[in-house]
Amino acid sequence: MKRLLERILLSRWTKVSVFFLCLAPLARLLWLALHHRLTANPIEFITHATGDWVLRFLLLTLAITPLRRLPGLAPLIRYRRMLGLFAFFYAFLHFSIWIGLDQFFAWDDMWRDVQKRRYITVGFGGFLLLIPLAITSTAGWIRRLGGRRWQQLHRAIYFAAAAGVVHYYWLVKSDVRKPVAYGAALAVLLFLRIDLWLSSRKQRRETARSFPG
Amino acid sequence: MLIKHTPELKGSEQTPKQVYLQRRKFLAGLSLAAGASLAGKQLWNLLAPSAGVHASTKLTGVVKSSYRIDESQTPYEDATHYNNFYEFGTDKSDPAKNAQNFRTSPWTVTVDGEVKKPRKFSMDEILKLAPLEERVYRHRCVEGWSMIVPWIGYSFGELAKLVEPTPKARYVAFESYYDPGQMPLGSRAGIQLPYVDGLRLDEALHPLALLTVGMYGETLPNQDGAPVRMILPWKYGFKSIKSLVRIRFVKNEPPVTWNLANSHEYGFYSNVNPTVDHPRWSQAKERRLGEFFKRPTLLFNGYADQVAGLYAGMDLRKNF
Repeated sequence: MKRLLERILLSRWTKVSVFFLCLAPLARLLWLALHHRLTANPIEFITHATGDWVLRFLLLTLAITPLRRLPGLAPLIRYRRMLGLFAFFYAFLHFSIWIGLDQFFAWDDMWRDVQKRRYITVGFGGFLLLIPLAITSTAGWIRRLGGRRWQQLHRAIYFAAAAGVVHYYWLVKSDVRKPVAYGAALAVLLFLRIDLWLSSRKQRRETARSFPG
Repeated sequence: MLIKHTPELKGSEQTPKQVYLQRRKFLAGLSLAAGASLAGKQLWNLLAPSAGVHASTKLTGVVKSSYRIDESQTPYEDATHYNNFYEFGTDKSDPAKNAQNFRTSPWTVTVDGEVKKPRKFSMDEILKLAPLEERVYRHRCVEGWSMIVPWIGYSFGELAKLVEPTPKARYVAFESYYDPGQMPLGSRAGIQLPYVDGLRLDEALHPLALLTVGMYGETLPNQDGAPVRMILPWKYGFKSIKSLVRIRFVKNEPPVTWNLANSHEYGFYSNVNPTVDHPRWSQAKERRLGEFFKRPTLLFNGYADQVAGLYAGMDLRKNF
């Protein structure tokens, strides 16, 4: 079972399939657009849909680290970069829709909103945080920065995800169930990291003790 | 006033005989198919949100009123599938799906409080109380979208006349129908239900305030607040209470659901005003359903000539 899982996860075809699966939300929007089914307010609909997928992909990306501790799931690490880049991809779409369709390049209005509307401020901040992560996602950049520094930089995803959740929470009128659900999922994923971090620190200390000098 | 009744089952909704006769075979296969189809259906729902239209009844003898905005009307499909009616779910597409079986007959509206002649009105009485007019109004939601709808009804004042408010009546309190059994999603809406709203008496008696029973030539579809609602075109949409069951003439300012939910964001008046922003977003512009570019929002939603006098001398920033 463990071997089979590993083989599936290591297969190139699985990776290619996951790649196309990640494009399904975009394909769905295109299909709905072609069939005029983006509701009476298409711009709002695609803004919300892409925003939802940013949060889902961020959570999926953050789920890799705790999941790969389970038997047979270690090769999941091969998917983390792709999922993270898809989070950025949908964030870029979300942001572009806001600029190009919702606000139609009304730069002054947008800049005012970024400063004045706290849900936009925090959403914009989260998007900015994702940019360096997307740029430095290549093997070359990991080498250039060095593993440790690269890892430290990429911890910014915690803040980007939190910003995304808060952005959503601050914009709903009264029904906060969805943003709260995303927030709860994020809290669980971050909590699992604390646990992971504490146990690895303990391990490090123990290793240090058994090999003095 | 004539209301033609549509038959309860349309031909297309009736089960064809051969399908009915094969039901046992169908049931046997059902358990096998259930798992697969459930997954398939979920996927399908995800891909293609359903779009059922509740059958409405044609209203006859409607007179075209001179209250008529000369702008292109929002398509019926949009006005009936893009709704805020939190009793039936908070997603815009929820009410069209979840209100389909909402029972709106029999229906009674209780009118009491500071009136000489408190009484209950049946829906039939409401439909016959005054000549029905079609009025084409702008409708601006507090969220920043708007539409143009041909509503059918008459000025609320017509009903008020019959119950004779006493001099003590200074406000009117409205209440929506709420039945958790029929509206199971209401408890998750994040607002207190039943939905309540209120107006100052002079606002309620303004001729623009429309007691509404129909739209687009027909009775109101369930998702648009059937069978009777208010329409206040110079206020944000949430002030136009749906599925009315109670009207009370009162001495003091009545509670307003959205104000109870968040008094910092939603005031008692909630008049459309491009210069007074919602604390979280601008109200300067709006997107008319069906249009790409946003358009500037008008003071009192373009009804300033008629209603500005109601608020003369008031600080609209304070009394938002």
